Amino acid sequence: MEDLTAIELRERIARGEITSVAAVESVFSRIAGRDGAVGAYISTDRERAMARAAEVDRRIAAGEEVGFLGGVPVAVKDNMCTEWGATTCGSKILENFHSPYNATVVEKLIAADAIIVGKTNMDEFAMGSSTENSGLKRTVNPWDTCRVPGGSSGGSAAAVAAGFCYAALGSDTGGSIRQPASFCSVVGLKPTYGRVSRYGLVAYGSSLDQIGPLTRTVADAALVMDVIAGHDPADSTSVDEGIAGGCSYLEGIDKGVEKLRIGIVPGLTTGADESVQRAVEAALEVYKSVGAEIVEVEMPHSEYAIAAYYVIATAEASSNLARYDGVHYGYRSTGAEDYVEVYSKSRAEAFGQEVKRRIMLGTYALSSGYYDAYYLKALKVRNLIRGDFAVAFEKCDCIMMPVAPTTAFRIGEKINDPLTMYLSDVYTIAANLAGIPGMSIPCGFDHDNLPIGLQILGPTFSEGKLLRIGRMYEKETDWCRRRPSFAD
Amino acid sequence: MSSIEHRVIVGLEIHVQLCTESKMFCRCAVEFGQQANSRVCPVCIGMPGVLPVMNKKAFECSVLAGLALNCRIARFTKWDRKSYYYPDLPKNYQISQYDMPLAEEGFIEIPVGGGRAKRIRIIRAHLEEDAGKNLHTAGSFSQVDLNRAGTPLLEIVTEPDLSSGAEARSLAVELQRIVRYLGVSQGDMQKGHMRFEPNINLAITKDGQKFRTPISEIKNLNSFRALERSIDYEEHRQLDEFLETGAVLETGSKTTRGWDDDREITVLQREKEESHDYRYFPEPDLVPVELSDEWLERIRERLCELPLSRQMRYVDQYGLGEYDAGVLTAEVATSDFFEAVVACGAEPKRTCNLLTQVGLRLANEKRCGIDELGVTAEGVAELVRMVDHGRVSAGAGEKIFETMSDTGKDPDLLAEEMNLIQKSDAGELEGIVDEVIGENPQAVEDATSGGKKSKKAVGFLLGQVMQRTKGRANPKVVSEILAGKLN
Repeated sequence: MEDLTAIELRERIARGEITSVAAVESVFSRIAGRDGAVGAYISTDRERAMARAAEVDRRIAAGEEVGFLGGVPVAVKDNMCTEWGATTCGSKILENFHSPYNATVVEKLIAADAIIVGKTNMDEFAMGSSTENSGLKRTVNPWDTCRVPGGSSGGSAAAVAAGFCYAALGSDTGGSIRQPASFCSVVGLKPTYGRVSRYGLVAYGSSLDQIGPLTRTVADAALVMDVIAGHDPADSTSVDEGIAGGCSYLEGIDKGVEKLRIGIVPGLTTGADESVQRAVEAALEVYKSVGAEIVEVEMPHSEYAIAAYYVIATAEASSNLARYDGVHYGYRSTGAEDYVEVYSKSRAEAFGQEVKRRIMLGTYALSSGYYDAYYLKALKVRNLIRGDFAVAFEKCDCIMMPVAPTTAFRIGEKINDPLTMYLSDVYTIAANLAGIPGMSIPCGFDHDNLPIGLQILGPTFSEGKLLRIGRMYEKETDWCRRRPSFAD
Repeated sequence: MSSIEHRVIVGLEIHVQLCTESKMFCRCAVEFGQQANSRVCPVCIGMPGVLPVMNKKAFECSVLAGLALNCRIARFTKWDRKSYYYPDLPKNYQISQYDMPLAEEGFIEIPVGGGRAKRIRIIRAHLEEDAGKNLHTAGSFSQVDLNRAGTPLLEIVTEPDLSSGAEARSLAVELQRIVRYLGVSQGDMQKGHMRFEPNINLAITKDGQKFRTPISEIKNLNSFRALERSIDYEEHRQLDEFLETGAVLETGSKTTRGWDDDREITVLQREKEESHDYRYFPEPDLVPVELSDEWLERIRERLCELPLSRQMRYVDQYGLGEYDAGVLTAEVATSDFFEAVVACGAEPKRTCNLLTQVGLRLANEKRCGIDELGVTAEGVAELVRMVDHGRVSAGAGEKIFETMSDTGKDPDLLAEEMNLIQKSDAGELEGIVDEVIGENPQAVEDATSGGKKSKKAVGFLLGQVMQRTKGRANPKVVSEILAGKLN
């Protein structure tokens, strides 16, 4: 049962071959056995999961219809609000925060009869590329426990890779779904900005944040997208474009894309590890073998992406995180003498280094006298990058490149060197700036048996096509069937 | 001998609370006087993960107000975050509009007596969300009530075109009438629906040299009177200060002063306006608002005749006094009702008298609008005609109005029932006049004697006739008969 995909599992549950209760039990026994070492979850709720699983089983036994994810154990990154348990964002400041409401994606998972087993670890407020910035616990890479799982959705990626759930939700602001997916050999999709409701996603960079699936296969990602995508009246920036009228990502996933034109950006990835470059080249060969054509495209402004990202994301973060002040909820310093000290001490005591660094950066970028030079300029770069993609997508259906320049690095290797850490996202950030969808799919391993991810970027609202393109590769290879072997 | 002259310069920053059903960015009810923190939801208390959704009604109200203030309405506006830390501001930023307000470059006309109006320019008007309230009633702790947090506020900023406390008050009254006419705000200053913060300083000419005193911003004004008095007070305070210290305006020398309503003085609150850096940037959680011509036209159609222009029209067209016209146009319900009565053919002046002297008194007693008294415009018009034609006296007219309101019956029927039909039949009245003349020889003598006593005596005789007819004789007819007999 451990090796089933989400789709396979839900079909067996629906047919009554496996009960949801059994699936949840087996997931929890794996968590009990291995999550002490991996640290994927911040919290789990076995009782709640079992009760819901029993309910799904009862309905199936009674011949009732169940939802798209009927009985399938899933995980949710701990920056998505749930009415039960805590929603911590990996931060001490929200360690004991209990949300009074469910995020829209959580409501949709529940409506689809998914069984949410727990909330996964993450870099504090999704700020980081290794999950080492979690203020609450450490998560390691299931493929090599000395290494990071990537981040910030490291807990979700590790949970899927380690078999602690069959699918997970992550959030991606600069690569936070795709990069950990790549490091952990799972599929990760960052949808188009506006494709999935952000209501209930604790904001980091509001104009960049997007929720998406981390799954074992491309088809599973399509299944989860069918559940979570769509306009939400509670999120003014969400839209229905292209999926109105019950259009499904999963339906026709095997159709492939005829006369597929794949864009590559010459010279862009020269700084990547050789093993990474080779794996991506090999993946392109696979595509060629099924009839794809490779075309060269340009990304003239990509070198400015990281700088623009760190201005825009931190500026928005400095504002989004202003509410964690110890006044209304969350951590409050016990040593404060007046209300200003409630702010300053609570924040000083409960925010981690990276969060403070980004709040400072963002506050500076928005300050009067600097706004034009930083924030406004960053917005211009953002528009130019959007333009680069628009021009490129006139010549191709998608662009392929590595997800990250390296495979999973060692714990502690980059944590004291923020700029090097920021470069982990060098290939993923542009998609967030442009608002386009991007996907990471497993495409091999390096000499240390560490996973490598292939990134596929498409025009806005082309998730359907991206998934079909990813599926073409998945059918030709077996990377997605590989599982990390634990030294139990 | 040194010569000194001064002129007061006042500009206003105004916050008008819009009377929408729900808050600016969530579905919570806008309701006051409720239990603290009972009108809140995750959105307006700034829980993690929440997103704002714009209240379209609030936007419509704001555009309507902007049109009434003769502003240019922006076809493209966006939202911005204004950052500052304060416990009554749950997100520690306020969603507002920074560089693209929804309305700009308008004006409001205020009455300045003698049927004239003065034009006060408006710089901009924009929409934003209100903060909550900090309560300092629990000993060494403060408490925060967030019921008000997220209430839609229209901020209006005027040019410093006002030159006295009286003018500022006049503008406030006028704005109150406008927002009530448009139905966009209840406009009650005591309840904080309208908040005025005047910026005031003086232009002084001393021995031919020109000076500007430092600007004060006055806060904590919760009545028209306080607004006027605080400016008058500041005028004298600033003049005294200038004479004493010679302090003049420098950049950043704006102070904030609070109005002490009991002592009727302003008290220094902040010496120098800290140069706040609000770190404005575009609100990423909301999409910009683009207005189409059709939409704007639909809003424009809802624009009614504004109170001041109505008031002036009543003076010009109906010959009403400025004061009466002001009373009639104070509330849109009164004014609309007046117009309806006049449209039924009633004589405007008499209608005005009946409505201002009886209608408004009754409405006030019953705490309702004049249109809610249970009398119809047709009924009142009929009553006005009856008074006009002498069928009933003016006094009887008032009684009938009251009874109409209680019973809903029509005035003609009531006049009969209440026995208030005036006797205008000269034959019948002549007999009574003869009786009175016969019984009061002294008065008749005085009346015919001429001089001072005469007028008084005629009045006495007339009174006797009225008494004998229980007030139902038409005094005009009686006077004519009396005059004929006494000559």
